[in-house]
Amino acid sequence: MMQKSVAVVGAAETTKMGKIPDVSVIGLHADAALNAMADAGLKPTDIDGVACAGISPVELAQYLGITPTYADGTSVGGCSFMLHVRHAAAAINAGLCTTVLITHGESGRSRVGAGGFGRAPSSLMGQFEMPYGVTAPPTMFTIPVLRYMKTYGVTEEDLANVAVIQREWAAKNPRASYRDPITIDDVLNSDMIAWPFRKLMCCLVTDGGGALILTSAERAKDFPQKPVYVLGTGESVETPMVSQMEDFTTSKAFRVSGKKAFDEAGISHADVDHLMIYDAFAHLPLYGLEDLGFCKPGEAKDFINGRNTAIGGKLPLNTNGGGLSYMHSGMYGMYALQESVRQMRGIAPAQVDGAKISVCHGVGGMFAASGTVIFTNEA
Amino acid sequence: MPPRILPEPTPETQHFWDGTRNGELLLQRCKETGEAYFPPRPFAPKTGSRNVEVFKASGRATLYSYVINHRPRPDMGTEPYAIAVVQLEEGPRMMTNIVGCPQTPEALVLDMPLEVVFEKMSDTITLPFFQPAKG
Repeated sequence: MMQKSVAVVGAAETTKMGKIPDVSVIGLHADAALNAMADAGLKPTDIDGVACAGISPVELAQYLGITPTYADGTSVGGCSFMLHVRHAAAAINAGLCTTVLITHGESGRSRVGAGGFGRAPSSLMGQFEMPYGVTAPPTMFTIPVLRYMKTYGVTEEDLANVAVIQREWAAKNPRASYRDPITIDDVLNSDMIAWPFRKLMCCLVTDGGGALILTSAERAKDFPQKPVYVLGTGESVETPMVSQMEDFTTSKAFRVSGKKAFDEAGISHADVDHLMIYDAFAHLPLYGLEDLGFCKPGEAKDFINGRNTAIGGKLPLNTNGGGLSYMHSGMYGMYALQESVRQMRGIAPAQVDGAKISVCHGVGGMFAASGTVIFTNEA
Repeated sequence: MPPRILPEPTPETQHFWDGTRNGELLLQRCKETGEAYFPPRPFAPKTGSRNVEVFKASGRATLYSYVINHRPRPDMGTEPYAIAVVQLEEGPRMMTNIVGCPQTPEALVLDMPLEVVFEKMSDTITLPFFQPAKG
């Protein structure tokens, strides 16, 4: 895509977050969409492109009263929204539409109007993974980590410290679900979920949503909010079955998506002021830092233990508190994007002073898919 | 305890499940490159060649990675159990359970040698598990 040709002009989360037993899934999409439209000064009839995951863009368009000339139902898990941004930028540049609304809503905790998590027993996952007792992500996303730990000498304390440092960021965020400080011992003494993963190494399960509105950079100047430009984007997919990942110490989808985004953006790692790495579990920031090229393989633990990603560090990471402490409704990618946009607008609760470039990296499924968006606030 | 969740074979995978019922772990390989692959499909990944064959694997493997699930799925009983990925001697990896040893980090050491065993779960489905190698 062309650098800075498209911008985010509307961004918002749902009015409430955490536990929302009185709103259904589609209601969360709509609440976030209406908040983002208010942010951008638009109404549904001003929107001509829709994208969402979890529900169909057909449902979204009809519910909001939008008649789109562009619809994207890409649904590859929690990073779907990074892919939606990428596709929307290409669509706007190609003239398929002018103004794209991307929404997420999920009743992860309350399960109001939500579907199940099962897999068909005739699918490849149903035949070759489900019979061995896998449940939700805590027993699948986590399977590669012992190999990674053995290869690079990573300890349970190293994993725990990821959660500790993200809680420090969450403490600065009034909307974060968990804000009380925790120690490495607290993490290592929390309930065992799937060894070596303890409860505080796993993401939250909450209700919520978010929405983004994108338009051309040319039109973006006329909107009420400071435009946040899309500088580079990447995406890739690897496998629906975690057991079939090519290498358990690195994600191919992360590497391909990240490189594409950095190449498109024409930036180096030293240019990055702020970073979001989707953290469904504590090992993901380690994989992300290495697969995006911020650290050499095996060195992310030392980078984090050296407080480089903590408050005051040179590479602020997951400044909203992340999926571990901020919120995680199921497809967290939207909240990572929201935090990148807030940082680029200069309005984040834990604002990184003078930040000009933010990298937002998402994962879908259990290392199944990946999407990366690089934003800047400089035209 | 509810009945264990079992696979439903498709035409492309039926040979694998016929194999386990007969006590054989069947893999496939590309006849052009010789590369073995899993899970089953009637063509070789990457090359796209349909010139493939089914062959019997040795059943030897090593422990590649795992977790010990402390929140057992209802059909899996009440005790923690390991969900493992094993590295087959022929190259591919597969998910499985490790049987015949305690489900503890001390007993389950990465790279330990394993061998396949078969357990009949129903008239049509026999699952391949792995146990510490005896020889």
